[in-house]
Amino acid sequence: MTLDPFLMRAILAGLGVALAAAPLGCFVVWRRMAYFGDATAHAAMLGIALSLALSVPLLAGTLAVALTMALAVSRLSGRGIAVDTLLGVMSHSALAFGIVAIAFVPGVRLDLSAYLFGDILAVRWVDVALIWLGAASVSALVAWRWSALLTATLSPELAQASGIRPERERLILTVALALVVALAIKVVGVLLIAALLIIPAAAARPMARTPEGMAAIATALAAASVLAGIALSFAADTPTGPTIVCAAALVFVLSNSAAALLSRAPPR
Amino acid sequence: MSPDTPLIDCHGLDVRYGGTRALHGIDFHIDRGEIVTIVGPNGSGKSTFLRALIGAVPLSGGEIRHAPGLRIGYVPQRLQIDPTLPITVARFLCLPDAVPRARIASALDTAGVPDLSHRQMAALSGGQFQRVLLARALLSDPDLLILDEATQGLDQPGSAAFYRQIEGLRDDLGCAVLMVSHELHVVMSASDRVICLNGHVCCEGTPETVSAAPAYQALFGTGTQGALALYRHEHHGHSHDDIDRPAAE
Repeated sequence: MTLDPFLMRAILAGLGVALAAAPLGCFVVWRRMAYFGDATAHAAMLGIALSLALSVPLLAGTLAVALTMALAVSRLSGRGIAVDTLLGVMSHSALAFGIVAIAFVPGVRLDLSAYLFGDILAVRWVDVALIWLGAASVSALVAWRWSALLTATLSPELAQASGIRPERERLILTVALALVVALAIKVVGVLLIAALLIIPAAAARPMARTPEGMAAIATALAAASVLAGIALSFAADTPTGPTIVCAAALVFVLSNSAAALLSRAPPR
Repeated sequence: MSPDTPLIDCHGLDVRYGGTRALHGIDFHIDRGEIVTIVGPNGSGKSTFLRALIGAVPLSGGEIRHAPGLRIGYVPQRLQIDPTLPITVARFLCLPDAVPRARIASALDTAGVPDLSHRQMAALSGGQFQRVLLARALLSDPDLLILDEATQGLDQPGSAAFYRQIEGLRDDLGCAVLMVSHELHVVMSASDRVICLNGHVCCEGTPETVSAAPAYQALFGTGTQGALALYRHEHHGHSHDDIDRPAAE
């Protein structure tokens, strides 16, 4: 069987995003930044509105706004408002302002759901190329800083004592996160990006003994979810982005219930 | 570095958080092989002071001089590893830089917890966890060990054993030790010098001098004196030392 080119592009785009998102997602889980990922993703909606209004490329607009949002939250946290409150305020305001702003853009009649839930079947080759370029950059960045990121995640103080600057590592994660969000919008949309970061990592946790193992397993599970999601959505004619997330969620349930069953088994 | 230069020497140290003065006008030094303990009530700036010494807190005044090439091993107050992060003891000790297997084994051995290297960090008991942190600090072959309330969460025999081990390390490795503690009578017995901190240095000297000082008694009351005397008596008698020492020694 030969794959239709659009299916081929969808698979490649999905795998590219999975490759970048899964290891980064492990840090999001370890550092309890799940909500932070959400806020960054929601802010991208405002980025979409700005790109349309100013007619700049979508990727540039979303990247700029996602990055601004992520940096603003990093800076503002710990200044009198609890971080989760701050994130709740900024995340949903950015989403709401984004959707309202799009209504103001003259001459644009667009399908909002393509941005909210992704439109992976409509990606072009240039999008695929951009996604892989971005994914390669994010992977290289994370691989390069791996040891420092991990030390700073375990304990900022230990990191400091070893000559690592925790704020800098945090900034690197923030930038990588904004980049992944900007890349993933076409694939799963603004509302579901955080799922692609967190679910594979959470599904990998029971099977892993080391951080590296968890990142590798998460990447494999994310890739499998993308393939299964595209296949299922093709067969059942369901929206592709959400189907990918459903597949990942299923993997999470299977992995964690298997772990629960195994731990109840008599000790070896 | 010459043996008589202090490992760390600081003058007129000032640290501010926002508008509040956490530390002011602190003069401090620690010499090679010395055990110095910092005591003080909650919020007296003990942890801030240690963090300032390792460069983790910006100074608003004063200066800190490290002896050239000074290697510091830092044992933090407590470390919560998120249960979502799987990591073995051996991998933990290889962060941020990889360490040969033999050195990991010997550091764990020195810290009194051999055979732990394949265990998950999350599965360790409080005492084991602190000794793994100690092993991590020992990997850098430190001239100075800095411990920030390293026995939080350990029971009293557990922390007494831990501090005796620290004292043993000083004797074996020759490193100086700077520690902060709440457990005055336990720590003071092992100290050459005690500094009582409350934003500034209230008093300092030998454990006996400090525990008799009016400034110290104003902060802590006289109640601990009896326990201190009792403990020092036992300590010098060596009658019970062998019981509390970990089996690994």
